[in-house]
Amino acid sequence: MSLRIVLAEDAALMRAGLVSLLEGLGHTLVAAVGDGDSMLAAAREHRPDLVVTDVRMPPGFTDEGLRAAVKLRAADPSAAVLVLSQYAATAYAAELLGPSGRAGVGYLLKDRIGEVADFADAVSRVAAGETVIDPDVVRQLLNRPRTTNPLDRLTTREREVLGQMAEGHNNPSIARTLGISDAAVAKHIGKIFTKLDLPEADGHRRVLAVLTYLRS
Amino acid sequence: MAYVVSSVAVISIAWLAIVPLLLFPPLLLLVGIPIGALERPRLGFLEPLTVPDPHAPAPPSGWAWVRLRVTEAATWRELGYGACLLSVLALLDLAAVIVVFLCLVLLGLPLLVGLGANVRFAVGTWTVETVGQACAVAGLAGVPATVVTLYGISVLGGAQAAFAKWLLAPTGTEVNRQVEELARSRSRLVNSFEAERRRIERDLHDGAQQHLVLLTMKLGLAERQLADADGRAGELVGEAHEQARLALATLRDQIRGIHPQILTDFGLGEAVRELAERCPIPVEVDLDLPGRLPPEIESPAYFAISEALTNAVRHAAATRIQISGRLNGQRLALTIVDDGRGGAEPSRGTGMRGLADRVAVVAGTLEISSPRGGPTTVRIDLPCRYE
Repeated sequence: MSLRIVLAEDAALMRAGLVSLLEGLGHTLVAAVGDGDSMLAAAREHRPDLVVTDVRMPPGFTDEGLRAAVKLRAADPSAAVLVLSQYAATAYAAELLGPSGRAGVGYLLKDRIGEVADFADAVSRVAAGETVIDPDVVRQLLNRPRTTNPLDRLTTREREVLGQMAEGHNNPSIARTLGISDAAVAKHIGKIFTKLDLPEADGHRRVLAVLTYLRS
Repeated sequence: MAYVVSSVAVISIAWLAIVPLLLFPPLLLLVGIPIGALERPRLGFLEPLTVPDPHAPAPPSGWAWVRLRVTEAATWRELGYGACLLSVLALLDLAAVIVVFLCLVLLGLPLLVGLGANVRFAVGTWTVETVGQACAVAGLAGVPATVVTLYGISVLGGAQAAFAKWLLAPTGTEVNRQVEELARSRSRLVNSFEAERRRIERDLHDGAQQHLVLLTMKLGLAERQLADADGRAGELVGEAHEQARLALATLRDQIRGIHPQILTDFGLGEAVRELAERCPIPVEVDLDLPGRLPPEIESPAYFAISEALTNAVRHAAATRIQISGRLNGQRLALTIVDDGRGGAEPSRGTGMRGLADRVAVVAGTLEISSPRGGPTTVRIDLPCRYE
């Protein structure tokens, strides 16, 4: 499906690369801008299917892109945003998932655009309203050493399912990836929620709940 | 002795140098400065430590230099010293050198008489005529006179040096000012290192990392194109893709070591939590901070914690680490405890000492207690104005 996309990336070379990649994937770039404020303006003007933004942009070159993305999601719950970061840290993902919106949201390591298939998949999932969290971030959280590790109570399969949930996959997607039935996925998820004492939720809130749990 | 004799040399040179200055009297006001500069190293004959320069750093030449020097007390003390040196001390030292000369003549009298030199030594009507008489004079008068003279000269030298030091060495305030200036320049240096690290981090992100990301992207696209093609090309591109990915991952880790972006974006709490997540052993983090701290505090605190974690894992073979931090009024107190085997010596290894220095720059302290058998406790205390 061809998407109308607003891209915010300040580095000219990277912007050109992303434009050619996204166009190569069959999408239409309605605007390609270089800072957070222009991104907000372009999103208001074009009402795109998806906004793809860099984290570090002018004027301060810190986390302007992330702040603009959070602002956009708070102002317009229907705006889907995919944030590309040079740096994988759960704090960024947590910040981004903070304001609850109906639309899709994604946090990917910039390196991920090298995995063309994964990147293409993430773009369409976020545009379709799903949540996408970079596998590196999830891996870091799952492998984090703990003194008392409640994750030890999970079976290997349940840990896999938990990782997939944290990355933002929905049940059919998890079933496809792990090669099991939807019903089996639902059963594993039920067990995980009971074992970890997690509140039942779905969509972003499920991802947020899992991430929050893994971070605590 | 050497001091007094060289004084005479210095005094004569100074007099010779000053004569042309008499044509332009205002310059005489500053004449103490070169005399001071010449005299301070000479105090090394008698003083175990070199006497430091009391003057503040100044522009190398021109009016600004003159204006600064004229306002300094040290300049006037040096002028006073110069005046004494060229008058009273000049006469005393000259007299001392003449007495030394006379002593030498007395001691050398037997030799002079023996060689038949044309000398006449008379006391009243009695004249020395034979070598024997000369020996008697040298022994009875020359030796005691020399001993007394040498003693007198060392007293004179000591007194003169004490006088010179009193006027030429920096006073308490001047030393304090120098210490303050040193502390300030050290803190400027550290700040500029910090700024430089950030610049290097950003350059790597915007330069090398960007090119590598684009390279992996192109290789990823090529891999897709070649997926169905026959031959080794697809495989080779796949390998190249993997190499580029590795290069990116390595670069990212190194950039984090230079200056982590999360510290800039989210502050100490989140950055330490991330350190804990990446640490190969369990780390309990209990940081209670009300918000962002000043960057000049966050940075040394972060790197000190990072180094403590690395040491605990690498050297102490710890199995768990606890990090706690509290802001008590205007001070940030951080404690890192591990259950490892202890025995860490901060004096060995540059890591912790470098950090202690960085902490000291912001007027903080870093203490390590690491008895053999453990546990190792690192305490960091930083003054912190929280806004």
